[in-house]
Amino acid sequence: MSNTLRDKTAIVGMAHTAFSNKGLPDTELSLACQAISAAIDDAGLKPSEVDGLSMFSMEGGREVEVARNVGLGGITFFAEVGYGGGAGCGTVGHAAMAVATGQCEVAVAWRARKRAARSARIWSQTGSRIAGHNQWSRPSGMLRPVDELATLMRRYMHEFGATRDHLANVALAQRKHANRNPNATMHDRPMTREQYMEARWISEPLCLFDNCLESDGALAVVITSAERARDLAHAPVYIHSYAQGLPEQHQSMSNFFCEEPLKGPSYTAARRLWANSDLKPKDISCAQIYDAFSPLVILSLEGYGFCERGEGADFTNDGGLEWPNGRLPTNTAGGGLSEAYVHGFNHIIEGVRQMRGSSTSQVENASSCLVTSGDCVPTSALLLRR
Amino acid sequence: MEKGWLLPDLDDVDSAPFWEGTAKGELLVQACASCGAQRIPPRPMCPACRSLQSGWSPVSGKGTIWSFIVPHPPLLPTFAELAPYAVITVSLDEDPSLRMVGNLVTGPDGAINEIDPATIEIGQRVSVVFAKVEDVHIPRWVRVAS
Repeated sequence: MSNTLRDKTAIVGMAHTAFSNKGLPDTELSLACQAISAAIDDAGLKPSEVDGLSMFSMEGGREVEVARNVGLGGITFFAEVGYGGGAGCGTVGHAAMAVATGQCEVAVAWRARKRAARSARIWSQTGSRIAGHNQWSRPSGMLRPVDELATLMRRYMHEFGATRDHLANVALAQRKHANRNPNATMHDRPMTREQYMEARWISEPLCLFDNCLESDGALAVVITSAERARDLAHAPVYIHSYAQGLPEQHQSMSNFFCEEPLKGPSYTAARRLWANSDLKPKDISCAQIYDAFSPLVILSLEGYGFCERGEGADFTNDGGLEWPNGRLPTNTAGGGLSEAYVHGFNHIIEGVRQMRGSSTSQVENASSCLVTSGDCVPTSALLLRR
Repeated sequence: MEKGWLLPDLDDVDSAPFWEGTAKGELLVQACASCGAQRIPPRPMCPACRSLQSGWSPVSGKGTIWSFIVPHPPLLPTFAELAPYAVITVSLDEDPSLRMVGNLVTGPDGAINEIDPATIEIGQRVSVVFAKVEDVHIPRWVRVAS
């Protein structure tokens, strides 16, 4: 299949601001501009060379403002991807498609987010009368994303015999990685299995440590053609394959109204991702898996084919996700649970670091990395390679 | 009691007949007028046959607990006062992939936190009741013998 995206484009620049779960003074627009500007510098390019923009539809700073602040050139491609935590890899994929088809030459993709303040959380802003699909959950006190994921996880435990110990495996692996990453919010805050088990409930069966952080921060990557990438500052990180996923009869977040709620968007994205790739799951060196909630890691391992359905929980046993010797070192910077939660864009940055050889939990000779966006919403995924 | 509850917009075009049904003590599910396929949540087009014609038909109001959770704060104030409470997801007898989210109570006037969550299990049989909150009749569920 010569018309696929395979290795035609590469990530050549990346940067992020500080992350804070206490709040940053800057606006989302300012944070976005800081990250984009630094990513362009990291690539060794000039702002005037940027002619493509790809962002989350939820972005507070709009394209016009970003271009006016950073001093970008004439833009010939701009696109937005919806569904919050499902969008991250999609913004990179759309940028790559635009570069590969000649719609632009240098594109930036980014996310800036301010969610450290409790008042900024969407579930706490719900009006008193509800229209649309939330009518079918909110009046029963199913208010928050964690409640929706807890419903799926309880069912998963029932069907496949998973326990809280499996969720702890995920949280502990990522905390361990965060403690190797000085930039992680939970750096210098090691966690034991006992601490996990004693943590307060948020929505049973999920406890505090099954939930991501809420952070302020911004991150950006720069994408250009493979040819051009080879002349730039860093070794190219090739975008080997890319896919989005919106399954039949999927309902974003409250995915209970379909035949198989536990077969999430990962399954749909995975079909295209692997079909357009030379690689198979067994070839992948490490993974950065979207983790607003720990169950999503288990569900995504199954969806992307690292194990069979129902085996994702056991895949986490015996340090399966841990650097350096796990079956699949996962979320090697700490992820949303322990590095920062910026709608999963930090997973893309860590994927680039692994391919550049600059992770604080660097997988030896890492040659490929799966990066995913959220399995609980219409999603997207990338296969990166050196 | 139950001030500040999150309530549905009864004028929502797609769901209004459902809430008219609950006000009369009926649990209705939207059904395609062309092929008969039932769907929750309601929507304009039938995904099986693309018909725009639909009606609402009563179901037995019997089902099985498919999953459940127990939320704890932080929650909106009305719900935080009642926490911990259980939220169950019920598979309807007519078609197990037709599911509804609700609360488990001992009767229509019961509080959503009156059932000890430790006694709840997936697979328990439930039957619908209707709780009046302001101008809305919300479907809730009582356990019944299997």
